[in-house]
Amino acid sequence: MAAAPLLALHLLAPGGGASAQSITVVSWGGSYARSCQEAYHKAFTEETGIEVLLEDYNGGLAQIRAQVDAGAVHWDVVDMELPDARLACDEGLIELVDLADLPAGVNGESPEADYPAEYVNECGAGMTFYSTVFAYNSNFLTGPGPETVADFFDLEKFPGRRGMRRSPLVNLEFALMADGVPLDQVYRTLDTPEGQDRAFRKLDTIKDQVVWWEAGAQPPQLLADGEVIMSTAYNGRIFNAQVLENQPFVIVWDGQALDTGYLAIVAGTERYEEAMQFVKFANRPGSIANVSKYISYGPVRLSARALVDRHLETGTAMQPHMPTSPDNMKRALSLDWRWWSENRDDMYERFSAWLAR
Amino acid sequence: MKSAPNAGRNPGSEGVPPSTKAGTPSFPGRRLGRYGFNAFCIAGFVFLLAPILVIVPLSFNAEPYFTFTEGMLRLDPDAWSLRWYDAIVNDEAWSRALINSLLIGIASTVLATTLGTLAALGLASPSMPARNLVTAVLISPMITPIIIVAVGVFFFYSGLGLGQTHAGLILAHAALGAPFVVITVTATLAGFDRTVLRAAASLGAGPLRRFFRVQLPLIAPGVFSGGLFAFAASFDEVVVVLFLGGLEQRTIPRQMWAGIREQISPAILALAVFLIAFAVVVLLTVEWLRNRSASAQRSVH
Amino acid sequence: MKRFRHLAATAPRLGALALVLPLLAFVTVSFLVPLGTLLSKSAWQPEMSRVLPQTMRALAEWDGESLPAEAAFAAIARELPAAREERTLGRVSGAANRVRRGMRGVLNRTARGLDRVEYAGSWRETLTGIHAGWEDAQTWQAIRQAGAPFTLANYLQALDLERREDGSIGRRPEESRVYTPLMWRTLLVSLGVTVLCLAIGYPIAYMVANSPPGRGRLLLVLVLVPFWTSLLVRTTAWIVLLQRQGVINGLLVSLGILPDDARLQMIYNMTGTFVAMTHVLLPFMVLPLYSVMRSIPASHMPAAISLGASPLEAFRRVYLPQTLPGIGAGSLLVFILAIGYYITPALVGGRTGELISSQIAYHVQTSLNWGLAAALSSILLVAVTALYLIYSRVIGIERMRLG
Repeated sequence: MAAAPLLALHLLAPGGGASAQSITVVSWGGSYARSCQEAYHKAFTEETGIEVLLEDYNGGLAQIRAQVDAGAVHWDVVDMELPDARLACDEGLIELVDLADLPAGVNGESPEADYPAEYVNECGAGMTFYSTVFAYNSNFLTGPGPETVADFFDLEKFPGRRGMRRSPLVNLEFALMADGVPLDQVYRTLDTPEGQDRAFRKLDTIKDQVVWWEAGAQPPQLLADGEVIMSTAYNGRIFNAQVLENQPFVIVWDGQALDTGYLAIVAGTERYEEAMQFVKFANRPGSIANVSKYISYGPVRLSARALVDRHLETGTAMQPHMPTSPDNMKRALSLDWRWWSENRDDMYERFSAWLAR
Repeated sequence: MKSAPNAGRNPGSEGVPPSTKAGTPSFPGRRLGRYGFNAFCIAGFVFLLAPILVIVPLSFNAEPYFTFTEGMLRLDPDAWSLRWYDAIVNDEAWSRALINSLLIGIASTVLATTLGTLAALGLASPSMPARNLVTAVLISPMITPIIIVAVGVFFFYSGLGLGQTHAGLILAHAALGAPFVVITVTATLAGFDRTVLRAAASLGAGPLRRFFRVQLPLIAPGVFSGGLFAFAASFDEVVVVLFLGGLEQRTIPRQMWAGIREQISPAILALAVFLIAFAVVVLLTVEWLRNRSASAQRSVH
Repeated sequence: MKRFRHLAATAPRLGALALVLPLLAFVTVSFLVPLGTLLSKSAWQPEMSRVLPQTMRALAEWDGESLPAEAAFAAIARELPAAREERTLGRVSGAANRVRRGMRGVLNRTARGLDRVEYAGSWRETLTGIHAGWEDAQTWQAIRQAGAPFTLANYLQALDLERREDGSIGRRPEESRVYTPLMWRTLLVSLGVTVLCLAIGYPIAYMVANSPPGRGRLLLVLVLVPFWTSLLVRTTAWIVLLQRQGVINGLLVSLGILPDDARLQMIYNMTGTFVAMTHVLLPFMVLPLYSVMRSIPASHMPAAISLGASPLEAFRRVYLPQTLPGIGAGSLLVFILAIGYYITPALVGGRTGELISSQIAYHVQTSLNWGLAAALSSILLVAVTALYLIYSRVIGIERMRLG
């Protein structure tokens, strides 16, 4: 009964999303969003009394741009991949975050000293390393499994369908690495028209065998259903399927593409103070490290890295599962956001044209 | 009972050779033709209904798979379970989605039915100017590709501050639902005998009284089934919600969309069974109303 | 007297209009105006001229071949850092990038560079020192073109046309055509689905219309169950049936017809789109056919047969022509609904089973090229409107029936 007047109120208030005592945080859904919820959303609400409403999205800036343009901002904090964050920053869609405002490191280091130089960014608070890897289900792929990126593209050795994200991001890099481009030459190659052609030509070779996914939760499902024999995926999602659902998935770390997640504040939100409070809370080394209790994503902040310990539910030691652990880093590529923020439009357009044909 | 000429209306009557009496096929080719025709029709019905029927048993699967497990086929009670129904009923997200769906559905239906019925009355009047053009405009939301509607209202409503609000969705859904009301009420009015109104007028009834006491009861079944169509249209709509709605406007179809795209769990099948039951109830209601409306109009004469 | 008669004729007209007006106004505000807003985005893009007004003014006089005058260099050197400061740079460089690839890089790097670089005696030298692109007249042409508030560029792109260097308009090279092949695919799929619906729907409608009343009612209800069942439920059902580990493949494998490693790919491709769309749209074909067939006197066919026509001939000459209105109504309706379909192809079509509407969604949500999305929408809308007009002329909207 009490719900009726409440709902009526909702109806009458245009733009009446979250009230001052709640903020809307937008994240990538599935086990990652749940992990962040456990790791710091709940503690934040406990400490401040501000409720956190969790919304899912699959990346992209359409919603944010529409809200900012209309001056009716419903989303307050968005978990973004770096190329999106840079573009949003250039377009004035997200607030700048002054590094000095962020919390100090574990031993009182200044935030600036607590970040590796290449991950200092005025567009948001750097949170965790995650990685795009590829994985397979050992139930369906018996015999010797794939070991290199080149194997992912090798239809003769490993016939069958593959899952890939419906985006040029990472796929172009994978294609070049598989085509024999050394890791440190990938972006230099991609920066030339010939290099781009080469990447798309390599993708051509498996195009008919690819199932395209959009949400990070899809690849584990595709693998579990046997819909594909291997798939690119976020390493944390695969890890969770391994330890929580006992799925016989195997991660291939060769050629992993390392990226960082950023928390950004949508420009013009009426709940800026609360949103900033949330970002500061989430950016504490303890909060960031907490994420690794639930999913295998590691802190970007240097002082938080030592805090990574065990998976809460299963007791698995987490350090070896971090994308940044030495074993996994043997052949790793860092996503070059500078290149992507300049070439994003062209590559997205070319990719969608390529896809549609 | 059926009258004699109807015998020739049976499917397969083209299998009856001219020289023989109906029903006594003379050689196997013709008979084969009739069997073939019936088989084809039955296959058509299987195609229509099988997908819907298959969902029902699978929603009781104890395993998180979409195939009949061996246990299910052996009718092993352990292979069947209500766990997905539990999951749906106990998940707060689904109950919130249901509240949103009902709220948006009912509000947009009231709006669409009121405006749509008035418009249908106007359109039915013999003195309505530019009837065809106006009808075409009023019906147009129904045939416009939904993606265009969704993108259009996303841009326009966001600019008005109606993005991510219930009000925005209600307005959009009302526009999408109104054509159904216009069509069904117009159809009912086509069978409506206007002399009844004149008779009422000659007995001294004023226009309002004529409408509420004479016309409305007669077209009520049409209005009601139009309303059901409008409600169903809103209750099943996902694309506009996808673009315009936010976290607090998640409806049942929106929640299902997320479920299908991200992770198909048999919990969705349990929900689907509820929705199929809902569809059957609505369908039978509409059919009952149609018969009622037909017989009501017959009885006036 | 004359005047009175005139009034008497006007009053009911006004009465009828007054009844229609509320809905008409509502549909206009809540539906037609949003469509108009969308369509206007396809040709109206004022951002660039708003952010770089001085540059645009300086370029107005330019001949377009040699490099522009120093004033243009000075203007853009002033306005780019200001845009960066106000954070409108991203919009501007995005708009320019749509005209010419690589422009985002030119503008972004220049805006950043102007913070660090010393003034080199002239703005022209300063800018070319930061990015060599400024020495290319095409860079400036791109800026001028992107700065025009009215543009047909989105329509050119949507139709796979391009403006050549000599100013003429021609088709893009084959390998870079995207949207026209997709439009053809959409038309062909819609046509295919319409034909399939007719092939399956005609006998079904015949059976329903020619069964004894009780069974006929039951059969009609069976046709209507899928019509009323949620679209998402039906789409889910097809996923359950068709996927690799789904019911049909499972059945074929357990019956030994298929080896386990050779399961059929029936979903996330064109097959999925065809099957699911035909299923979803079939009732829209059956219902108009049924209502026409129900009104055909049962005695016609036997009469023709008794006059010596073969059953097939009787069907073709006598029955079929009478059902043509139903065929027309059903086919047009199915075709109209099919060319704008979004949900089903998006969920079960995969890459190869995708239709034009998916590209509209993509350009709104992912690529953020709203102008192109609007142009594609306009083209689709024109097609649907044309078909709708044909429908209303030939069949009559007032004859549209539901259920």
